[in-house]
Formats: sequence, C-alpha cells, structure tokens
Amino acid sequence: MLMFCCCLLQNSELFTLTYGALVTQLCKDYENDEEVNKQLDKMGYNIGVRLIEDFLARSSVGRCQDFRETADVIAKVAFKMYLGITPSVTNWSPAGDEFSLILENNPLVDFVELPDNHSTLIYSNLLCGVLRGALEMVQMAVDVRFAQDTLRGDNVTEIRMKFIKRIEENLPAGDDQEERKMVFY
Amino acid sequence: METRFTRGKSAILERPLTRPKTEVSVSAFALLFSEMVQYCQSRVYSVSELQARLADMGQAVGASLLDVLVLREKNGKRETKVLNILLFIKVSVWRALFGKEADKLEQANDDDKTYYIIEKEPLVNSYISVPKENSTLNCAAFTGGIVEAILTHSGFPAKVTVHWHKGTTLMIKFDEAVIARDKALEGR
Repeated sequence: MLMFCCCLLQNSELFTLTYGALVTQLCKDYENDEEVNKQLDKMGYNIGVRLIEDFLARSSVGRCQDFRETADVIAKVAFKMYLGITPSVTNWSPAGDEFSLILENNPLVDFVELPDNHSTLIYSNLLCGVLRGALEMVQMAVDVRFAQDTLRGDNVTEIRMKFIKRIEENLPAGDDQEERKMVFY
Repeated sequence: METRFTRGKSAILERPLTRPKTEVSVSAFALLFSEMVQYCQSRVYSVSELQARLADMGQAVGASLLDVLVLREKNGKRETKVLNILLFIKVSVWRALFGKEADKLEQANDDDKTYYIIEKEPLVNSYISVPKENSTLNCAAFTGGIVEAILTHSGFPAKVTVHWHKGTTLMIKFDEAVIARDKALEGR
C-alpha cells in the first residue's frame, strides 16, 4: 500500500524561508493574529484542494477503508512525499474518529521564533488548511487544528484531526466515476 | 522585540548552522508560491505593483539567507569585489536555493554598472502560466528581490529588475559608488 513514486525534491530552505516571508507579509497586512491565522488557513485550503490531485496522481494510493487508514496515508505517504517528514499517528479517540499527528521536525518552522507581540499567531496554520482542503476533495469533512506547537513553548507539535462527516457527492451525469480515485469512509 | 532578548536563551541559537540536508517536494513549493502570487494579486492593481510585492517578499528571504550562507559556504569570509559577490550569487546562493548554478552571468557591453543573471527556466516560473493580458508579468521578481537583498546587505547596493529575455534575465544595476569603489580597489 505504502508505495509512491519519487517526485522532484529541493532543498527545504527555500521553502522554509518563502513561507516565513509570506507569514511576515500577512502580519504586516492584517491587524491581528486571528486574521492572519484565518488567511493562512484559507491559503492552505486552496493548496489542499489542488494538492490532492497531485497526490493521487503521484502516489499509488487507492481508496482508504477507514479513518485509520487515512491517518496512516496522511502521515506516512503524504507528509513524507511533500515535506520529507513522517509524523507519528497517536492519541486515537475511543470512537476512532479523532487522532493526533505528532511532528518532530516541522520544516515550516526551521529557525523561526515568535516575537512576544504575536503570541496568538498559529504560525503553521497553513497545514491545517491543506489537510482540510485535500480531504474535502475526497469527500471527507474534517476539523483540523493545532493542539500543541513547539513555537509556543510546547514540547512537541501536535495537529489534532477530527472526522466530521462524509460529504455526499453529487457527480455530474456522465462523469467517469471509475477513473476518479476516492476515499470512502 | 525578539524573544531571545526577553525570554533569555533561545534554543535556536544553540543549533548548528550546518545540518543534514532536508528536502521538500518541488510541488509543495510550487503550490505555496502560487498561493503567494494569488494573494499578492488580490491586493494590487497593476503588474508592476504585483512584482514589487513579490520582490518585497524575496527581500525577506534574501536577507535571512545571506548570513547563514556566508558562514556555511565561505567560512565567514565576506566578499569585497563586485565580481566575487556576483559569483557568490551565481554559485552558492543559487545552489542553496535551487540546487544548481544560475545558467549565465554576463556584463552589459556598454555599461560597467549593469550585470545580468540569466536563467532559462527559473524554478519559480516553471509552474506558472502567465495570462495573455498580463504578458509582462514575471514572477521571478521574487528571485530578483532575493538577489537585491543579498547584494544590498553585503554592501553592494543595487537595483534588480526582471525581464523576459533569453528565458528570464535579472538585470542588476549597481550604484555608481559601488563601481567607483571597485575600481579604486583594483588600482591597489
């Protein structure tokens, strides 16, 4: 299952610094941290919506049987493929609809410090948007948020993901359904 | 004020500057960059404003990159000659950012202040199709910003503009004073 073809790689520094420049610019453009967080989430969502196609095309991952499999694919295939890291999947809720991704190295925050006057900024909020957008395109509504962040003094970076519902799809008639890879929950 | 002054020692300062190379996929960068361009576009009225905003963001990247590269690649030795700083950009900066050297570095025939860095297919442009109505838009303005910041912060104030020519050409125009200083140094 966990197979994926290599895609082009580049030094992560350009990516890290570019993201830093973007967040800095947003902080200049918006009045408060909440607005910046919202904007980052929105941009992430736009990325996720496009990224899923790239992901399905490059990886040979088919539809997932359940949310646990989805979690594994996100951590071991998607994160590895795009950011070169493999977060661990833990803290499952008893119902199996909620889990945490623990990131040991977050390439977005390499050499980043939050100034005191931005204590409510969720620096990597883009990632939440990406996950939400990508999963929405495979008919899953999820809630994604940062539970802990090393930037804010926590020991680890933890992204909490909660399954909300399966989105009923309304495919236009004549659309080739077989060709589209979907994750059914 | 930065946290390291208010909260005491920062863990970041303890980390070594040379690290195992970490990599991310080009798609991740391309998607991020595309969002950046769209965001900038939503807040400006013209192509030149858009390029200026991209260049601003590039400047932030260049400024943060300069010190770490000088320490890592040059052992802390800084360049004093125009040609050397240009080669530093063509080789070290480009390698660190794009994993390769820039395609070409040229000097203008008729002007000793002007240099060109020519890149046939810049990474930042490889996934961008420029709309017909804005055909002058070149998102490598971002790279231009990086180069401008590196030159300026190294003590070689210059203006960098981006043009569609032989692929993408970054035109570097140094301040008069920089060239005059360089000539004086040569005489010694």
